[in-house]
Amino acid sequence: MTLLAPTRAGHPPPAPPAARSGRRRLLPYLLLLPGAAWLLIFFGVPLVQLASASLYDPSGSLSTGYAMTWAVGNYPDVLQAYWPQFLRSFGYAGLALVLALLLGYPLAYAIAQKAGRWKNLLLVCVVAPMFTSFLVRTLAWKTILSDNGALVGLLRDVHLLAPDGRLLATPFAVVLGLTYNFLPFLVLPLYASLERLDPRLLEAATDLYASPVQAFRRVTLPLSMPGLVAGTLLFFIPASGDYINAELLGTPNEYMIGNVIDSAFLVRLDYPQGAALSFLLMAAILAVVFGYLRRAGTEEVL
Amino acid sequence: MRLSRWFADRWVMLVALLVLGYLALPILVVAALSFNRPSSRLSYDFNEFTLDNWRQPCATSDMCDAVVRSVQIGFIATVVATVLGTLMAFALVRHRFRGRSGVNVLIFLPMATPELVMGTSLLALFVSAGVPQGFWTVVIAHVMFCVSFVVVTVKARLAGMDRRLEEAAMDLYANEWQTFRRITLPLVLPGIVAAALLAFSLSFDDFIITNFNAGTTVTFPMYVWGAAQRGIPPQVNVIGTAMFAVALLLVGLSSLRGRRARRANLLTGPS
Repeated sequence: MTLLAPTRAGHPPPAPPAARSGRRRLLPYLLLLPGAAWLLIFFGVPLVQLASASLYDPSGSLSTGYAMTWAVGNYPDVLQAYWPQFLRSFGYAGLALVLALLLGYPLAYAIAQKAGRWKNLLLVCVVAPMFTSFLVRTLAWKTILSDNGALVGLLRDVHLLAPDGRLLATPFAVVLGLTYNFLPFLVLPLYASLERLDPRLLEAATDLYASPVQAFRRVTLPLSMPGLVAGTLLFFIPASGDYINAELLGTPNEYMIGNVIDSAFLVRLDYPQGAALSFLLMAAILAVVFGYLRRAGTEEVL
Repeated sequence: MRLSRWFADRWVMLVALLVLGYLALPILVVAALSFNRPSSRLSYDFNEFTLDNWRQPCATSDMCDAVVRSVQIGFIATVVATVLGTLMAFALVRHRFRGRSGVNVLIFLPMATPELVMGTSLLALFVSAGVPQGFWTVVIAHVMFCVSFVVVTVKARLAGMDRRLEEAAMDLYANEWQTFRRITLPLVLPGIVAAALLAFSLSFDDFIITNFNAGTTVTFPMYVWGAAQRGIPPQVNVIGTAMFAVALLLVGLSSLRGRRARRANLLTGPS
């Protein structure tokens, strides 16, 4: 009965022959070693270095050197000095996220469920902004929102904007820029989830007398949750740490925490302060991310 | 009922097209500005049509130096990150081993960490270790943040692969190496190429991490950042438009190849 002899066709990987098991066991570690070492040395170790730099004696300087004094006081100090920028970062990023969800969900849904043969073309349109440089496309908004531009002129004519009202150099411009720049990160995972949504489920819901709103809330939305979670995070993390939009489209009144950290490290050369701010930003974002993931389930994101 | 459903369908599509317009608008502006002769260095408004910027894209030579440097950095970082990331993806998809979840966290964390934190922490490391910042510290940084994206991309391709194809090869007396060369690699290659393209575009366009670790080395995004304070030469928009065109061309070519492959599949039967 050779036909019934065990074959390799089963789905779980076949148990390796005993003679090779030593090499087999070592192989995954060899494959992982270079990459994992790179990440440990250039991602993990620097975080430790950043943490310790945030505890340096703030009276030192780059030229005289810093003394490690476990200056925990750096943290309350920077919070007191820069809490408006902190709040603004999360406020702007949160506002931009709401806007992006309002714009991105219909877009992802339309591409996944309604686009038919145009699906791939529309997907290319979604990622198209990323084909050109982040800074160059952000600068383009300076032209669009310019005081002499058509948009401001139109809004002034229909009295949505005061005759001397501006769009550029306002919080509106910064939030608009954030929404624009990170929208594709929200749309793509959302699309991936919605694409797997079987339209027959919606038909079934309708057959069972669900209104479109009910069908959306009870079928579409829950099934798109993995993409929604991943997309929200991929949007919110870079948006809250961004300072390019605030710098190019705003004024110092719109500065986010990134602008402060940039100047602490590169202009004022105040490393302890910059490090403490960076660390606080990371802690805040990690708290948001893990809090959110605990509620929404982690598996799909990894 | 039918009519309202028809309307609902079109309504979603209409919103989608408007949003796509919002996404496309700045690209059109960049393309238009590449033909602009600005009235002054600090003006961002369209002034007068000209072809000069395209005729002499390197009129400001610093800018072209910066572009070349970005390409060099992107190339080196892409090669290293793609190799490291692909090896890791194979380990994660094809092997069960102890410490797997730890490795997954190590790969996930750089993607969940704001660039600002990665940039400043690397700066803190290089400064305290006395490493002078420049070209190579930027390469190191770029490999670091590209690796995770390579792992995720290649992993997705590997996980979606039908293991039975390799099993069939082994049943037909191919040894492990032959199976890898003739079956596994060709099947995973699109994933690896996609990962490499992603890595290059991430590296080429990175500003925040680069800004903290470049020392006096100037990449293209850093050039634009510096120029934004002093006045942007219109040639920046030429580079922006050209980048867009090249990327679009690559996407077009790959979709054409995909279509041809699908057609071949139809002739020979589904794989």
